[in-house]
Amino acid sequence: MTIEINFFILIALYVCGAVGALLFRKNDQIANWWSGIMAIIGSLWGIVFAINSFLHYSKNIFTYDYSVFPLLNLSFHIDQLSAFFIFIISLIALFCSIYGIDYAKHFYKKYDLGVLGFFYHLFIAGMLLVVSATNGLLFLIAWEIMAVASYFLVVYDRENKNNIDAGFLYLIMTHVGTAFIVLAFLIMYVFAGSFDFTAIKAGLVLMPDFFKNTIFVLALIGFGTKAGIIPVHIWLPSAHPAAPSHISALMSGVMIKTGIYMMIRIFFDMFSSIPLWWGIVVLIVGATSALLGVLYALTEHDLKRLLAYHSIENIGIILLGLGSSLIFYSLGNLTLAIFSLAAALFHILNHAVFKALLFLSAGSVISQTHTRNIEKYGGLIKYMPLTAFFFLIGSVAISGLPPFNGFFSEWMTFQSLLQGIASTDIFIKLIFVLAAGSLALTGGLALVCFVKVFGATFLARPRSEIVKQAKESSILFSLSMGALATICLIFGIASGYFGILLTKISASLNIFQNATLFFNESINGSLITPNGSATVSAPLWFIVFALILILVIFWVKFLINKNQIIKIGATWDCGINLNERMEITATGFSRSIVTIFSHILRPSIQHEVEYNDSEMRFLHKSKIVRLEIHDVYQTYFYQPIHKLISILSSKAKSIQSGNINIYILYILITLIFILFLL
Amino acid sequence: MTMFFWALQLIFVPLVSPFFIGVVRKIKAKLQNRQGASIFQVYRDLWKMMRKDEVISSDASWVFRQAPFIIFAVTIISGLSIPIFASFLVNSLTGDLLMVVYTLALGTFFLALAGMDTGSAFGGFGSSREMTISALAEGGFILSFFVVALIAGTTNLFTIVETNIFLTAKFFLPITLAFIGFFIVLLAETGRFPFDNPATHLELTMVHEAMILEYSGKRLALIEWAAANKFFIFLILGANIFFPVGIAQTADFKAIFIGIVVLFFKAFILCAIIGLIESVMAKFRFFRLPDLLITSFILSAIAISLI
Amino acid sequence: MLKLLLKILKTPKQVIPETTFSVKTEEVVVLGEKIKDKVKKLFNGSLAIRQVDAGSDNACEQELVALSNAFYDIERFGIHFVASPKHADMLMVTGPVTRNMAEALRRAYDATPDPKIIIAVGDDAINGGIFKGSYATLDGIDSVIPVHYGIPGNPPSPKTILAHLLNILEKIEQNKIIKR
Repeated sequence: MTIEINFFILIALYVCGAVGALLFRKNDQIANWWSGIMAIIGSLWGIVFAINSFLHYSKNIFTYDYSVFPLLNLSFHIDQLSAFFIFIISLIALFCSIYGIDYAKHFYKKYDLGVLGFFYHLFIAGMLLVVSATNGLLFLIAWEIMAVASYFLVVYDRENKNNIDAGFLYLIMTHVGTAFIVLAFLIMYVFAGSFDFTAIKAGLVLMPDFFKNTIFVLALIGFGTKAGIIPVHIWLPSAHPAAPSHISALMSGVMIKTGIYMMIRIFFDMFSSIPLWWGIVVLIVGATSALLGVLYALTEHDLKRLLAYHSIENIGIILLGLGSSLIFYSLGNLTLAIFSLAAALFHILNHAVFKALLFLSAGSVISQTHTRNIEKYGGLIKYMPLTAFFFLIGSVAISGLPPFNGFFSEWMTFQSLLQGIASTDIFIKLIFVLAAGSLALTGGLALVCFVKVFGATFLARPRSEIVKQAKESSILFSLSMGALATICLIFGIASGYFGILLTKISASLNIFQNATLFFNESINGSLITPNGSATVSAPLWFIVFALILILVIFWVKFLINKNQIIKIGATWDCGINLNERMEITATGFSRSIVTIFSHILRPSIQHEVEYNDSEMRFLHKSKIVRLEIHDVYQTYFYQPIHKLISILSSKAKSIQSGNINIYILYILITLIFILFLL
Repeated sequence: MTMFFWALQLIFVPLVSPFFIGVVRKIKAKLQNRQGASIFQVYRDLWKMMRKDEVISSDASWVFRQAPFIIFAVTIISGLSIPIFASFLVNSLTGDLLMVVYTLALGTFFLALAGMDTGSAFGGFGSSREMTISALAEGGFILSFFVVALIAGTTNLFTIVETNIFLTAKFFLPITLAFIGFFIVLLAETGRFPFDNPATHLELTMVHEAMILEYSGKRLALIEWAAANKFFIFLILGANIFFPVGIAQTADFKAIFIGIVVLFFKAFILCAIIGLIESVMAKFRFFRLPDLLITSFILSAIAISLI
Repeated sequence: MLKLLLKILKTPKQVIPETTFSVKTEEVVVLGEKIKDKVKKLFNGSLAIRQVDAGSDNACEQELVALSNAFYDIERFGIHFVASPKHADMLMVTGPVTRNMAEALRRAYDATPDPKIIIAVGDDAINGGIFKGSYATLDGIDSVIPVHYGIPGNPPSPKTILAHLLNILEKIEQNKIIKR
């Protein structure tokens, strides 16, 4: 009983915070601190709740059912998977809230802080409800709370017109996604006779294949819209930058994962048989999202848009794990399916941590420089050393380099793909080869992208005056970023432990109830593949690396040539005064990659030259070069749809004559039609 | 006893690596009808640089200052994680092939950052080119290793080498294809022809050299040494993972001696091939390099489907 | 290609017949061996040279380039040219220092880590040579940076450069120029 009460206290804390923030809205300061502290208490409570659930409960933690209306039951069910997501949400929310207290100070006297607090709390509460609801209608309500609250957070900085547009796009896209989800639930309702997940689970067994496949496609598109898979990703790069940074961190780190959560919930918990092609589709979607996401990120020079594209990339990597898990399940290899799902879950956790870290550091850079354009930065490491250090850790982690957490989840994904390559079916083998190739390429390109971001933002000399006014961010900023950076390292080093924990969580899902689990006990804290074919020990690597590093530094610095003098001089410039325009820019850095992938990215160059003399076209007075990336999705996907809808609606318009008699006729015809039907 | 072998493995790569850079240079010199520098020249260069003073740019941050140590340490730990002369030293903790690939990528990451740090025009484009090449090489690198990993049924490099089943007729073709794929990656990652000219002084053709133009003294020595280590690590990988002949399977000195001699022999052959390629081939235009790297990827993919 | 390689292998070391050429291989080798000894002693067998062009007419550069060719092949003596003054032990400056290059020369000097040796190669570099007194030049590099030694000649032949290099190294050894 107590655990249920704990859960409701968790929700109540957020509701309390939301209402309180509205009550205190007259005073900016009180409203801000109230919402910040309530969110911190709430998220701490959530973390304790989730950890407690892991420690003391094996599979199902609790189920609560209370009937309000015939179809809408207030039914909650917390199992290991939900607890895991509650943990992620609370963990990221904790640091975003600490960060948000300081960040929201920008908005004093400008916007209503009470409203910010209200929607912030509602947003987190909505996400918590999404991962715990087990009734279709309740779920949809929670989903809408989450979507609408985040919409208001996106348009919070409403003086910028771009933000309003971005919010509008987000609102449309998220509801298009919701439409697919509603359709999926309605089909389930038809067969199950109830919106309750348990009833649906029973009903799905008897469902014909056609409808199962329809549900799969609808869910993939619907939840994929939230998760940001390509090509339904377009809201993501515009909505994330528009929101305040701590909100972007929550949206990118956690909210898009709720889409993945529901995919896991539906595919792995409700269905009991999975055709092979589902997994292949998910794998292909994942591979393309990962590769295209990172390619588009490379073309960006807006710091937050770039990070948003990286979210798409990482969702792709998560889907690679998910897809291979589905394939392994349909091939009957349950152990590998569990392992691949654990890889996906681990990447969900890791991506949440380092993406939140990156968004928070980006926010602290933006709050100092007031621009998101990377080309205007440069040399920030001297003005904001701590932020730079944390951003570096985030970059190393997201690029999948050891010893940080990103590497280990990518390692697990790679291992499951390798196991897929080992399969005997040549078709499946090739699919997995392509997936592994795209993952390898994605990893390499992500590395390029983060060298570009870190180099252009923090290194070399300032490229504009605004950088020189930047100061190190406040204590609360540094505290939350530092904590997340530490977590990146800890999760990396504790990867062996997480491997086992996440395997247990994935194994607790309904679909794996018949699986005989075997765990490889972790030696030296190492991650192990299920058949023991590969091991990697993070703590040992870290210790050996640290030892070698210390030895090398000690040896080189203190044993060889102790009297060496280090002179600080100018950068060698061949005699030409270096200025900030000679440094490589973010656009220049990724230019070669853009050229190489020009078939996919479709870059365009426009020259505008003004001549000194219109007769003698030799001497340029000024020259403007515009580099653009052609928006393929706009032209080939969204515009045709838009055109089609416009044509259809103009056709439909013709029945609207404005004459009231005609309308009465329509009503009459409809009535007769319905009478016939009945 | 085992401790002794591990200690030997620890110092083996940094100790021997400059030698093979010297060997390649010597082979190239011979093919140019020159006598060329001594094969131990690189040791002398390194030791001299270690004892010189340094000039560090005033624009440089701690990234520039600490990067050489990180890059060097990365190559040392990678040297520990690969089978050099003995496969019985099973390193199941860091000896995973993906771990080695990504550990080396960590070095590239910091090298590229260090190149950008001083704000010199050379460093920036050097980093850009290096990252472009290494990003595209990643696919072929990992897939060519996957070929042997699939045959051996493990991704642990030591176990792969211990399995030692490659010279059967069944696996001859896939292994050869994967090796060609790997060899292209080797040329790309270690900055050799046709990707990069290790002896260039020309900004237009620089890749690796452009990033390290700002270094001097000890830090330059460390970076050059790390580059030599990386080259040697790739030689070892090519020699041992694909052709694990002669490697010591038992822990006695005779087997290890043979292992080292055979390794030197194999590495020498690889060096000869590299030297030959550098002498008869021109550097490719930068935007033709992706074709070559994609070839490496495709060769490995074909090799996988042949297994 | 194979033919070419075979040809390379078959070709004797001495490509150009000595009779048509004033420099004897033996002389270069004798000089070189001495230089090698000195380099080994002073620079641990490795001397890195950066060539700085301070408005030269390219004559001296041609001669310096010739040092690396198959005939002189100074690499075998442990000497090599590098791409950046930061990598160098020795700056070889050519040209009379045009006004535009003075600042560049100064910066290259500053960028070279200590201990360093500055050598003026050619008459132009020593005192302006044929450009002496021109309004566009500063008449020799010692007006810009301290010079340790000059190699006369307009331009000096590779053999002269080698001979003087030996001389310089001997002087360094006697602590006359610079302390190592």
